[in-house]
Amino acid sequence: MRLAGDSEVSTLETPIGPATGRPPFLSQLHEWVTTVDHKKLGSMYVVCGIIYMIIAGLEASMMRWQLAWPGQTVLTPEEFNRLFTMHGTTMVFFVGMPILLGSANIMIPLMIGARDLAFPRLNAFGFWLFLFGSILLYFSYFGGQGLYGMGSAPDVGWFAYAPLTERTYSRGHSTDYWILGIFVAGIGSTATGINFIATILGMRCRGMTLMKMPLFVWIMLVDAILIVIALPPLAAAQIMLLFDRLLGAHFFDAQAGGSALLWQNLFWFFGHPEVYILILPAFAYVTEIIPVFSRKVIFGYPLMVAATVAIGFISLGVWVHHMFSVGLSPLINAIFMASTMLVGVPTGIKMFNWTATMIGGKIRFDTPMLFSIGFLCQFLMGGLTGIFLATVPFDWQVSDSYFVVGHFHYVLFGGLIFGILAATFYWYPKVTGRMMSETLGKWQFWLLIIGFNMTFGAMHVSGLLGMPRRIYTYQTERGWDLWNLLTSIGVIFQIAAFTLFAINLLHSAFKGRRAGDDPWDAWTLEWSTTSPPPAHNFDEDPVVYSRRPLWDLKHPEDPDWKYE
Amino acid sequence: MMPAGILGWVMAASCSAAAAPIAPPTPSMFDPMGEPASIILNITWLLIGICGAIAVVMFTLIGYAIIRCRAVEGDDREPAQIYGSSPIELAWTVIPLMIVFVLCMVSARGIFELELETPPEGATEITVTGHRWWWEFEYEDLGIITAGELHVPLDDNSVADMFLTLKSADVIHSFWVPQLGGKTDVIPDRINHLWLQGNRAGTFVGQCAEYCGTQHAHMLIKVIVEPREQFDAWVATQQKDAVEDPAVAQGKHLFLRTSCINCHTVRGTVANGTFAPDLTHLMSRSEIGSGVAPNTPENLREWVFDPQNIKPGCDMPSMKLTRDEVDLICAWLETLK
Amino acid sequence: MSTAPMTAYPTPPEALPQDGMSNGKFGIGLMIVSEITFFGTLIAAYVFYIGRDINPPYPQDVLEVSIAPFKVLFNSVFLLISSVWIWLAVRAMRKGRMGAFIFWWALTVVCGAEFLVGTGMEWYDMIVNDGVWIGTNLFGSGFYTVVGFHAFHVTMGLIVLTLILILALLGHVTPRNVEKIDLVSWYWHFVDGIWIVVFSVVYIFGNQAIT
Ligand code: HEA
Ligand code: HEA
Ligand code: HEC
Ligand code: CUA
Ligand SMILES: [Cu+2]
Repeated sequence: MRLAGDSEVSTLETPIGPATGRPPFLSQLHEWVTTVDHKKLGSMYVVCGIIYMIIAGLEASMMRWQLAWPGQTVLTPEEFNRLFTMHGTTMVFFVGMPILLGSANIMIPLMIGARDLAFPRLNAFGFWLFLFGSILLYFSYFGGQGLYGMGSAPDVGWFAYAPLTERTYSRGHSTDYWILGIFVAGIGSTATGINFIATILGMRCRGMTLMKMPLFVWIMLVDAILIVIALPPLAAAQIMLLFDRLLGAHFFDAQAGGSALLWQNLFWFFGHPEVYILILPAFAYVTEIIPVFSRKVIFGYPLMVAATVAIGFISLGVWVHHMFSVGLSPLINAIFMASTMLVGVPTGIKMFNWTATMIGGKIRFDTPMLFSIGFLCQFLMGGLTGIFLATVPFDWQVSDSYFVVGHFHYVLFGGLIFGILAATFYWYPKVTGRMMSETLGKWQFWLLIIGFNMTFGAMHVSGLLGMPRRIYTYQTERGWDLWNLLTSIGVIFQIAAFTLFAINLLHSAFKGRRAGDDPWDAWTLEWSTTSPPPAHNFDEDPVVYSRRPLWDLKHPEDPDWKYE
Repeated sequence: MMPAGILGWVMAASCSAAAAPIAPPTPSMFDPMGEPASIILNITWLLIGICGAIAVVMFTLIGYAIIRCRAVEGDDREPAQIYGSSPIELAWTVIPLMIVFVLCMVSARGIFELELETPPEGATEITVTGHRWWWEFEYEDLGIITAGELHVPLDDNSVADMFLTLKSADVIHSFWVPQLGGKTDVIPDRINHLWLQGNRAGTFVGQCAEYCGTQHAHMLIKVIVEPREQFDAWVATQQKDAVEDPAVAQGKHLFLRTSCINCHTVRGTVANGTFAPDLTHLMSRSEIGSGVAPNTPENLREWVFDPQNIKPGCDMPSMKLTRDEVDLICAWLETLK
Repeated sequence: MSTAPMTAYPTPPEALPQDGMSNGKFGIGLMIVSEITFFGTLIAAYVFYIGRDINPPYPQDVLEVSIAPFKVLFNSVFLLISSVWIWLAVRAMRKGRMGAFIFWWALTVVCGAEFLVGTGMEWYDMIVNDGVWIGTNLFGSGFYTVVGFHAFHVTMGLIVLTLILILALLGHVTPRNVEKIDLVSWYWHFVDGIWIVVFSVVYIFGNQAIT
């Protein structure tokens, strides 16, 4: 049951992947630098994100080497502190964000049957701001202490709590690089978020009413709204911090009446929505992948939409759960405990609906599906430890311990990164025209499952045994040795897995099997055009009657629109 | 499926901690030594129960789908398309809501029980000040200021309540001794309170839990819960001024001539700095530099010679003393019992 | 989610689902939303610090709410009334009356410029005579940040307005551009609207002796 697809040759006006003939290098470069094409910008986002993932992953590996045994001296305390700051900042802002922006960039216009985003040039602007912002942050390794001193990266942690970031405690300019790098990238992301919303609301093809949009697009819509609401407050807080540092203002200066808690409130007012900004795209990926590989329509579309909106809405009102241990009044703590746990309900709805989609299906275990199932299981564990943390008395014990580190790696790695890997295997053929290797993919999956659970599962235990996070060393009497060793050994498996992934990505780009238009026998609009899609995306403007336009085409006897 | 592993981890942790009856060096929350920690542990068991059950249900469903709903080779027919079901969807909206409600009620009670405004009766009141990177403890009613090690007496019922007033001298720190209760942050523009309790004699350790800069890893907290007599004896020594020992007067003079006195206090001398730990009874502490090294004569000499070697980045500079001078000063420091 | 299959084929949708809404409007509208959350944060910080200052001078010592020329009320009137002028300008353009457009548009620019000049004079006064700068105390930090960012937005707006004015004078702006010009006016209304909030918070709400 294939559509027009399966044709081996695809005639393209502008090639976007290495799968097609190559013009000279310089003109190619020029092409990429000046492009406003959403697919190219999206691919550049994703490629940059993957490169940063490797950098940040290596930073983490160095930390794990230092912590593998007690009392190691692989790293000095300063180096360690810089590493976790750069690791966390990079992973959140320069891995998660660009990959989500990139994937949405590529897929939104294709899924809603549009030619491009609403503002293609703004889109390019956003990408370049992101890239320069991230380079600015990494430039701190060279410029952090000024031109003459040796450089150093920021060492204030990814949430940069004041007053540690004030001039008194953070000399030199490394913290300024942190502020500016993220500020610049943040403006780019906000612009791109605006772009997405305008595109989704204003450029859908004929027939695609809001309730006929693929869930991917719905989730990205909510995600973009969160970006537009939550990123500017971070920018404002960073401006205040910058003024404190450079102009001598007193916003977060306790000696002059400034407040350390204000920074925490402002940061987490951004920071919590941010983690949902990061996880929603992963939801979006698996929401597309699970139905296709289960061969079943998504279970409970309207409720999925409602749950997405509810998650977005509630997530704006839970930020204080990162501040349970600052000594707020019992009432405030209780209220935010309730709101935090409430997020579990719409998230649970999603979990149940995904599972219900699988049950009764005919599941094909291709790599994208494997990673989606990995996502389901691991995100579940991460979500449940989130519920643990939301319980204030428990949080008083483990806040700022390795238990928290375990929690957020389960959601960020087990959720977000697994989602990204699933999406990469799923849409790689669409973007490059070639399939990724299934064998390598399966090896990577199992290595990652082992490594991941070893690394981050053991972290929960060290946290419960009293190990605080962000310590560069520990003593053997504390009894954390075994768990830390396990954590570090797990990283070896992860490195192997990611090396396979890198090989797979590069090798398949040149040697991969040709994909055809619709290799997975899927249902959304992007699979109706060629792989890779032409610059204008669709030869004629699509018209849709249901949420699964390609299903309708493939099953004229039992089309979807009858049931929606 | 592997992810079930994490539940296994949690279980393993609780068992390993519970199995070892007396393991003071591991600050495990599964080994509570007082009421606050026990209240939290009970809530934790409830959480493990409820979330464990949810996990079991979910893994069963996912496992069922994986095992029973595989595609069969050669069977090209699509399965029945099921678009949704209102009653089922309602069920998995309402049941989690109810679970959340129950959890909230139980834990809210815990919050109100644990977050005290006023000290419980008979509690030792101590003002804790977090410094980069050491802890200062002040017993206002007893007139004692010390660092690193907190002593509290057991009362007749064999409980030692402490009510801490938490302040910071610089950045944010967090006071955490898992076996005695939860943690509370120590914030420069705020005064926080924390109720802890120990119910048997022993030494309980914890660490600063909020990243506070270079040496955040070395901000050890030691709480020494001891019988009343022992505590009283400790108080009596601490209240005295520094010991005068003519044998080491040379070292004392050297100390007083060096800028040590700008930062350190030694009561009974002109040294009255408040930037650094009070050294009046240095020898009553078993560790120096907030847990970087045991307080042995060699370590002390190394410390005074170049603290940056032992605790890189710490706020005590290398004083550029010769080895001989260091020996003199340390000989005197060693008399500060 | 009905399970009873429909029998008739659906009629193909005639138009795009979102006909009548332009991308530009979404774009500018959303940009304003993000700006509101940005200013909202700065203003929230300002409100948070009202009455918490431990070093003088306090707002009531230096802020003078007066209608005298180049004082804050005077300036505010100019800024707020410019919203009316720009509205008239767009209306004139809609009707194709370019002369009137240029007149009202120029008036908007003049009023906006007055506001900036007035703000500059107020700042000069505060810095030189009262000695309050951003590093003086919490009030200084908050005041110059909030008012400064507002003034920065006015400046950006003025630059765009002036460019359009020049283009219009050169005859490059025609009634066909009215949708874009309208979007610029949205931005200007937003800048004015924010000023009402900033003014109330800084000059009225935060300008009382709080003990
Ligand atoms: C992708 C990112 C992501 C996601 C999705 C989440 C999701 C959640 N997080 Fe997490 N969190 C982080 C990233 C994320 N978190 C990060 C990065 C930090 C640390 C920041 C730092 O300090 O550096 C953090 C820290 C953090 C804390 C603060 C800990 C501390 O510092 O003391 C808390 C406390 O409440 C918390 C709670 C939650 C909750 C309740 C959810 C919920 O959304 C989870 C919901 C999901 C489920 C519950 C599972 C599925 C549901 C069901 C099967 C239904 C049935 C369930 C019930 C009825 C309970 N998180
Ligand atoms: C998306 C988010 C994300 C991801 C994926 C990860 C991934 C990893 N994280 Fe991280 N982490 C954070 C987000 C993330 N982390 C955040 C936000 C913090 C908080 C920071 C803070 O406290 O401020 C944190 C903190 C943090 C800590 C705590 C530091 C501390 O508190 O002291 C640790 C400790 O072990 C850690 C470890 C790891 C490890 C081992 C991985 C591994 O999974 C990484 C695996 C990846 C690799 C190993 C890459 C290897 C790739 C190759 C080798 C490819 C080879 C290439 C070619 C051949 C071309 N992370
Ligand atoms: C600039 C301030 C400063 C000066 C000068 C200074 N110290 Fe210190 N000292 C500190 C600080 C800060 C600490 C705590 C370090 C830590 O634990 O991080 C400390 C710790 C110590 C300790 C360990 C105390 C404990 O309880 O762990 C000893 C002993 C000590 N100093 C001795 C000396 C001597 C002797 C001199 C002079 C030769 C001296 N100090 C000069 C700041 C100073
Ligand atoms: Cu003090 Cu960390
Ligand atoms: Cu959160």
